Amino acid sequence: MSEQFKLEIISPEKSFFLNDNVTEAIIPGYEGEMGILKDHISIISFLKPGIIKIFSKDGEDNFYVDDGIAEFKENTLSILTSSIFNLKDQNKSFIENSIKDAENELNKENLEDQKRYLFNQKIEVLKSIN
Amino acid sequence: MASLDDLKKRIQSVKSTQKITKAMKMVAAAKLRRAQENAEKGRPYSEKMNNIILNLSNGISDKENAPKLLTGSGEEKIHLCVVLTSDRGLCGGFNSNIIRKAKSYFQKILNEGKGLKIITVGSKGYDQLKRLYNENIVDKITFKESKNANYFDADKVGKIIIEKFEKKEFDVCTIFYNQFKNVITQIPQEQQIIPLKASEAKKDTETGDIYEFEPEEDEILSNLLPKNISTQIFKAMLENSASEQGSRMTAMDNATRNAGEMVDKLTIQYNRSRQAAITKELIEIISGAESL
Repeated sequence: MSEQFKLEIISPEKSFFLNDNVTEAIIPGYEGEMGILKDHISIISFLKPGIIKIFSKDGEDNFYVDDGIAEFKENTLSILTSSIFNLKDQNKSFIENSIKDAENELNKENLEDQKRYLFNQKIEVLKSIN
Repeated sequence: MASLDDLKKRIQSVKSTQKITKAMKMVAAAKLRRAQENAEKGRPYSEKMNNIILNLSNGISDKENAPKLLTGSGEEKIHLCVVLTSDRGLCGGFNSNIIRKAKSYFQKILNEGKGLKIITVGSKGYDQLKRLYNENIVDKITFKESKNANYFDADKVGKIIIEKFEKKEFDVCTIFYNQFKNVITQIPQEQQIIPLKASEAKKDTETGDIYEFEPEEDEILSNLLPKNISTQIFKAMLENSASEQGSRMTAMDNATRNAGEMVDKLTIQYNRSRQAAITKELIEIISGAESL
């Protein structure tokens, strides 16, 4: 079982998730999704709204993130994010509310293109969960 | 000499004060544990954030065009000081320690003939600073409604600071807060957050790592730096809330002990004067009987 690496997800309030036996992680990078395996080159990437998929020997975990930053270095993947939740823990109404909030934001005028793109992305992802 | 009745009332009032301070101490102790836990949980995030930024700034190729938040505006004329204090009193020297530290820094800046702007976070800081530095205070923020320090509040402060920086209202930004060491010691700290200080950068220079960046370094940095400011403020808020509770706990512990001593002293005085009164009466009776 040498093909495993360490993953930690840290939010400002606490260390959110920690697993030493991750075989693969798929993160929503700013310029596209990426799968990270052991011995990946050192990388720093921004995250866009999306789903983090983590495959470990304990099974599969799915998290939704709004934004954040991921750093992979010496077989440790650290994800810093201020908005994250485990898909298992959230009920539908919460997700629907988030979609509504995002749609309201989108309807505001003079929105920057970049933000518009992010909100669209967010709605799309949240809808796909539902 | 106070009469017996006065003494009795006095003892009673000190006793009820003692009850209050005791209760406050217990509440502070319970809150302290939570605040301390939060402060410890929050540390990895800000440390990681710092590391990433350091790695990034080492990797940045074009130093000239680096984001202003990292390198500063190139001048040092106007200083913005963010003073983080508590919203409640009765916590010993907690607030005055920060204020003292901040005041000496203000004095230094004013002596050098530079501009000074102050943002106070927490109402106690504003109360203490408004007398001397009212014209320097540009903003005052309180979070009386929120029970615990949370990231959302810190982000608000961070955004205000960045907005002011972008409007070129100041060149250097420093935050003041109490660092929580243990229950009895809190160390008032000053930390420069804009431009990012190099002294912190020394800590972790085992770089030489070559990173791949996605998107480009500049873009990551310009997005990450504002976040880092909020993060640093959040860290300061967490440390502050743990310090506040610790400070309050020790202050209330002392107050309870002092009240206890006072009750003892007053009780002795009360008993003595009671006995004196009895003896006096006895003497009067006896000498009255003798004279018959």
